[in-house]
Amino acid sequence: MTARIGVVVFPGSNCEHDAVEALCALGGSAELLWHDEASLRGVDGVVLPGGFAHGDYLRTGAIARFSPVMEAVAELARAGGPVLGICNGFQILTEAGLLPGALQKNRGLKFLCATVELRVETTASALTSLTAAGDSLRVPINHFEGAYTCDPATLEELRAGDRVVLRYVDNPNGSLDDIAGICSPAGNVVGLMPHPERAWDRLLGSGDGAVLVRSFIAACAGERWPAPHPAAPADPSLPASSGARSGP
Amino acid sequence: MTFDVLVEVSLRPGIADPQGATVERSLPRLGFDEVHGVRMGKAVRFTIDAADEEAALRRVDELCRRFLTNPVLEDSTVTLEPSAQGARR
Repeated sequence: MTARIGVVVFPGSNCEHDAVEALCALGGSAELLWHDEASLRGVDGVVLPGGFAHGDYLRTGAIARFSPVMEAVAELARAGGPVLGICNGFQILTEAGLLPGALQKNRGLKFLCATVELRVETTASALTSLTAAGDSLRVPINHFEGAYTCDPATLEELRAGDRVVLRYVDNPNGSLDDIAGICSPAGNVVGLMPHPERAWDRLLGSGDGAVLVRSFIAACAGERWPAPHPAAPADPSLPASSGARSGP
Repeated sequence: MTFDVLVEVSLRPGIADPQGATVERSLPRLGFDEVHGVRMGKAVRFTIDAADEEAALRRVDELCRRFLTNPVLEDSTVTLEPSAQGARR
């Protein structure tokens, strides 16, 4: 079955066509969804693309969170459906409370536009099921507010739950613990600042993002998902540890 | 009653404020060596209609918590007084 993926367009989004192109080129079927519609039209998964939703007014992602579509996105996320937030989409997911923490202005107040090296930290997410832990991927970043931050208890939860999906090899923006991307406890909601949809073919400078896009498509198609979690207890009678994930 | 409201949004203590730090670093060059502790923030002004001051404060606090601040990064200070314009019709 071809996965049907909705790419949400907010006023000010500007990476939606890149996302659609990458998803379609790599075997998915993608369509644009307008933020003001309350329905996801039955798609299997959702991408919140990069850009400047609602002009980044007040704070990045602060107003997008109240768009009618976000309730349907939250419902899909709660039901275990794959949701991916890229760059501004990641900021929206944190503002909406679907992922913890926040994205702050980059260290040194620098807008960053560069291809950086990422390390895959877990394969138990909708974005990394087809990768191997430790894989090194070259993917572009393009942001001003990308320094991930959260309180110490949240960081401990993320680490213990194997929820840090990607780390920067050479931290470009001051992100806490070199974090480039994180996921929800079940791994179905993923947010990252780098742009895999801009690096899915070597013609674009790097093809390393393709495996991430393919993983997400596979998650939306119901393949490779729920991904086996390495920290999951082998004996089902054991109580689940805080690090264990349960599939939908 | 109508109240004039000023919400000041500031970064929480311990959250890095690169804007404030950059402004502070530039001050000695202008001869303001005596200025320290610069923190940047936002000011939001509006009016609110409510039965009394307590009710108005309650609504403004909720607005701050749910929308005007990101509690991970920011705190808010609310100043509220009966509107000089008087109650709206």
